[in-house]
Amino acid sequence: MIKQYFLNTWSGIWTVLVGMKITFKHLFTPSVTIQYPDVKVELPERSRNRLYVNMDDCIGCDQCARACPVSCIEIETVKSVPGDEVGKTSNGKKKALWVTKFNIDFAKCCCCQLCVFPCPTECIKMTSIYEFSEFERDNLLYNFATLTPAEVDEKKDSYAKLEAEKAAQKAAAAAEPKPVAAPAPEKPKEESSNN
Amino acid sequence: MIFDWLSSLIGNEIIAGIICACLPLFLFILPFALVAVLMERKVSAHMQDRLGPMRTGYHGIIQTIADILKLFQKEDIMSNEVDKPLFNIAPVLTFIGSYAAFAAIPFTSNFIGTKLDLGIVYILGVSSFGVVSILMAGWSSNNKYSLLGAMRSAAQLVSYEIPTFLVVVTLITVTGTTSLLNLSEMQTGHFWNWMILGGPGLNLTKFLLIPFMIVGAVIVFISTLAEVNRTPFDVPEADSELVAGYYTEYSGMKFAMFFLAEYANMFAVSAIVSALFFGGYQSPFGYLGNLLGVSWLVPFEQLFWFTLKGCLFVFVQMWLRWTLPRLRVDQLMTLCWKYLIPFAFANLLIVGLLVVL
Ligand code: SF4
Ligand code: SF4
Repeated sequence: MIKQYFLNTWSGIWTVLVGMKITFKHLFTPSVTIQYPDVKVELPERSRNRLYVNMDDCIGCDQCARACPVSCIEIETVKSVPGDEVGKTSNGKKKALWVTKFNIDFAKCCCCQLCVFPCPTECIKMTSIYEFSEFERDNLLYNFATLTPAEVDEKKDSYAKLEAEKAAQKAAAAAEPKPVAAPAPEKPKEESSNN
Repeated sequence: MIFDWLSSLIGNEIIAGIICACLPLFLFILPFALVAVLMERKVSAHMQDRLGPMRTGYHGIIQTIADILKLFQKEDIMSNEVDKPLFNIAPVLTFIGSYAAFAAIPFTSNFIGTKLDLGIVYILGVSSFGVVSILMAGWSSNNKYSLLGAMRSAAQLVSYEIPTFLVVVTLITVTGTTSLLNLSEMQTGHFWNWMILGGPGLNLTKFLLIPFMIVGAVIVFISTLAEVNRTPFDVPEADSELVAGYYTEYSGMKFAMFFLAEYANMFAVSAIVSALFFGGYQSPFGYLGNLLGVSWLVPFEQLFWFTLKGCLFVFVQMWLRWTLPRLRVDQLMTLCWKYLIPFAFANLLIVGLLVVL
């Protein structure tokens, strides 16, 4: 009983000293802190962060938007009219669509990378940027389309005109089926060259 | 004495008294609190292999000043249900309690608030002021956590005063004085004259006393640690159980007041331990001033040693805080009533016998 009492006292003091020795050792071990904004850890090779779209290569095929599980990519395209030079992708294919709208809402994006795989031209990809917080949620809506609103209107107009002409042509063709293609091909050519 | 010097300089005893009373606050406690808060954070950080504050100034050295500026700006929030007078008095009273202790602490041989003959008894007396103000804070907050913290605190402080006092009585039987100044004066010379090594003089009693003095020093350190509510005895403020204990409801400057009182208390008890057992302001190796014949250097050396010893004990308190987990309330009481008090009592009896023989 008495012996146990003194043993308790001794073990109490001893264990405290052992603990103090350990903490004292840690006082001099180099710290593991990484001074984050000054020092950054290198990200793993396949880390998924913010997306980037290289619009020079984008053919506006909408595959990425369809793959996205949270529907945060919004794409609108306008067909180019004959004579328009939309440009070429980096592997030399001709593009056929004006991408008039390419918005990615990073407030919704879950960084799943599912949009990256279907892209035929590999133009949508993950970057290593992860510091893009904003005070306004709207600021997270990134617009990748390169066309200005005026240009977008112009492309839309020209396509609408083309459509209208085609429709008119069809209507004309339907109205008088006998004189088949004699006068028709001339008209659109004039119109499109005006554009 | 600094008071005599000031009153002869100014020619008015009241003004001299006021200046004298404010000196430890502005010269000592505030700078100490600034340093101690940073030290606490740095020590805790490095013990956990972290770095602590790093971004305000070089290695965060002006972090505390930034914190104080922040606390100054904060709104003084008070809930509707608090008992307003008590709620407002409590933080001031806490600080008064811990500040009053500084009146009898000898910083150097001629810088002491008052040459009180009952110095150590007075300090133990005013330190129980803390209980009252903590109970006040807990009760007036009208918050269950605050009240729980206050109740625990009262129980803890009242119990731990007993071993402290028993050890102090032991010392009084050995030295025959209750004045901290005399006590410090007695331990002059070299470190083998300190009470922890049996006190001044060279005889058999001194050597016989050594083990009992060490036990006494350990007991008084533990119990004063408990009196300032530091981990492992921080049940009154136990952050993980009681939010912040008795000062849960406080904010802004009132909170800062509690904080300042805590750090002032830490230093006060460290100073008491060092004055009782480790020679107070006395240098362990003799004075450079005496050696060179420049007597004005001596008080500054004494202040240096006093601060150094105080800070050393404060460091040990922090060290313990980041080593030990918090005791449960029943363990706290067990430690005090079943271990510290019997040991202190046996110590007192044996030392008394030795002194008589
Ligand atoms: S990473 Fe996932 S969530 Fe984000 S845009 Fe791509 S498919 Fe959508
Ligand atoms: S899948 Fe690639 S090419 Fe197609 S729309 Fe998306 S980014 Fe453009």
